[in-house]
Amino acid sequence: MKRTPLHDCHEALGGRMIEFGGWSMPVQYGPILEEVRQVRERVGLFDLGHMGRVRVLGPDALRYIDRIATNHCERIPQGSIRYALFCRPDGSPIDDLLVYREPESVYLVINAANTDADLEWMAEHLGEADAVIEDLTASTTMLALQGPRSTEVLASVCSPGDIEALGYYKFTTTSVCGVAGTRVSRTGYTGEVGYEIYVANDDARGVWEGLLAADAAVRPIGLGARDTLRLEAGMALYGHEIDPTHNPVEAGLSFAISFSAEKGDWIGREALRAAGAAPTRALVGLTTDGRRVPRRGYGLFQGDEPAGEVCSGAVSPTLDTNIATAYVRPELASAGTRLEMDIRGRRQAVVLCDLPFYSRTRPKS
Amino acid sequence: MRPDDRKYLETHEWAKVSGDTALIGLTDFAIHELCSGNEGDLVYCDLPETGRTLEVGETFGEIESVKAVADLNSPVEGEVIEVNEAIEDHLEILSSDPWEQGWMIKVKLTQKSVDHLIDAEAYESMLAEQS
Repeated sequence: MKRTPLHDCHEALGGRMIEFGGWSMPVQYGPILEEVRQVRERVGLFDLGHMGRVRVLGPDALRYIDRIATNHCERIPQGSIRYALFCRPDGSPIDDLLVYREPESVYLVINAANTDADLEWMAEHLGEADAVIEDLTASTTMLALQGPRSTEVLASVCSPGDIEALGYYKFTTTSVCGVAGTRVSRTGYTGEVGYEIYVANDDARGVWEGLLAADAAVRPIGLGARDTLRLEAGMALYGHEIDPTHNPVEAGLSFAISFSAEKGDWIGREALRAAGAAPTRALVGLTTDGRRVPRRGYGLFQGDEPAGEVCSGAVSPTLDTNIATAYVRPELASAGTRLEMDIRGRRQAVVLCDLPFYSRTRPKS
Repeated sequence: MRPDDRKYLETHEWAKVSGDTALIGLTDFAIHELCSGNEGDLVYCDLPETGRTLEVGETFGEIESVKAVADLNSPVEGEVIEVNEAIEDHLEILSSDPWEQGWMIKVKLTQKSVDHLIDAEAYESMLAEQS
């Protein structure tokens, strides 16, 4: 199992280590629900060293990425970031990713479990493009600082003004805990204001410890809470809301798909256009008053009629109920629809709702 | 060393026999696997109705944490004659006291021998091998 440069720090902090995407990662340091609240109310620090980091350089880098990714990458302004997917010709996703537009290159952040498949797919479709693919996963690492207090905490250890000036889905280079030239992006997977920080392996420990020491409010947060935070915020997770049998159109990710003529053709374009024209199911949220937690694969029923299937579920401390995402038949996909969830042979009532469950900026009506 | 006044099933249930009845519970190891020592992460425990008859190895309930669901398997053969009602509202006793207060069901044994179960020492060895 692969280890991030912070593995020893997690063990010293009492982190419970599990295998995730081929890496030994902390799932929690304390109660998961408290870690969720910590990020919603204060600020949390995450080790994201398992995420794949890849740079594509060369004159054709952008055109090449535009041929394999769903979003229109040539239109990303310098210093900005967009969400996109890699799909097969049939529209089924290989992975979802963030695309950072650099002056002479493109920087991609991909899922740990898909890193090898992504690199293989990228190499296979490089063709005649004048571009070089560099896998930076092993030589660098990645942290996230997320939560309402993240801006003031991060700003206190960075060059003055750099963090306050950073817009949503933008990145910059600043000094972090004395490490000059560190990339910081205002991105995250929690639904809170937050930042992702990219450092060389040798600097990882200094930045991790510097951020934990920067303010008494900072706590380390494991992948367990991260999953609940992203689900509350309605964000897709590869292997749950999107997978080889669930395309990004039905997952509600059309904002990351460009059919513009300027982008030209790309892998999966025609299949995803067709999927948008004739949807066979839709991704919805659901809540349940029952004590049982919805989990991936649980069936949904309307009477005896199958209605859909759960993708991800969690206990939501923010909403104080159990929540899930699910695919249902399009005609059922409206807020307020009442269905039953089959939990290992027993039924529990659920009510469908719009996604996201939680929005920092949009109060829930 | 875990209590040697009872015997264990490989799936982490314990049985403490007294006359022709046995108390059944789940070991600290299994509870810890589910909630990592954070009792607030336990969300649900489903236990059977009294009167139900159980075979050895039969699933009699489920326990669920924020992270996972696990089956509860009967280490003995018999009829459920009492269920620990305190668990429903106080799941934390499963974590704080899995050996006494955290018993789950009381079974009237139809097969009194529990020689198919392992003793505390063998259970400890099994855990040591797994880690």
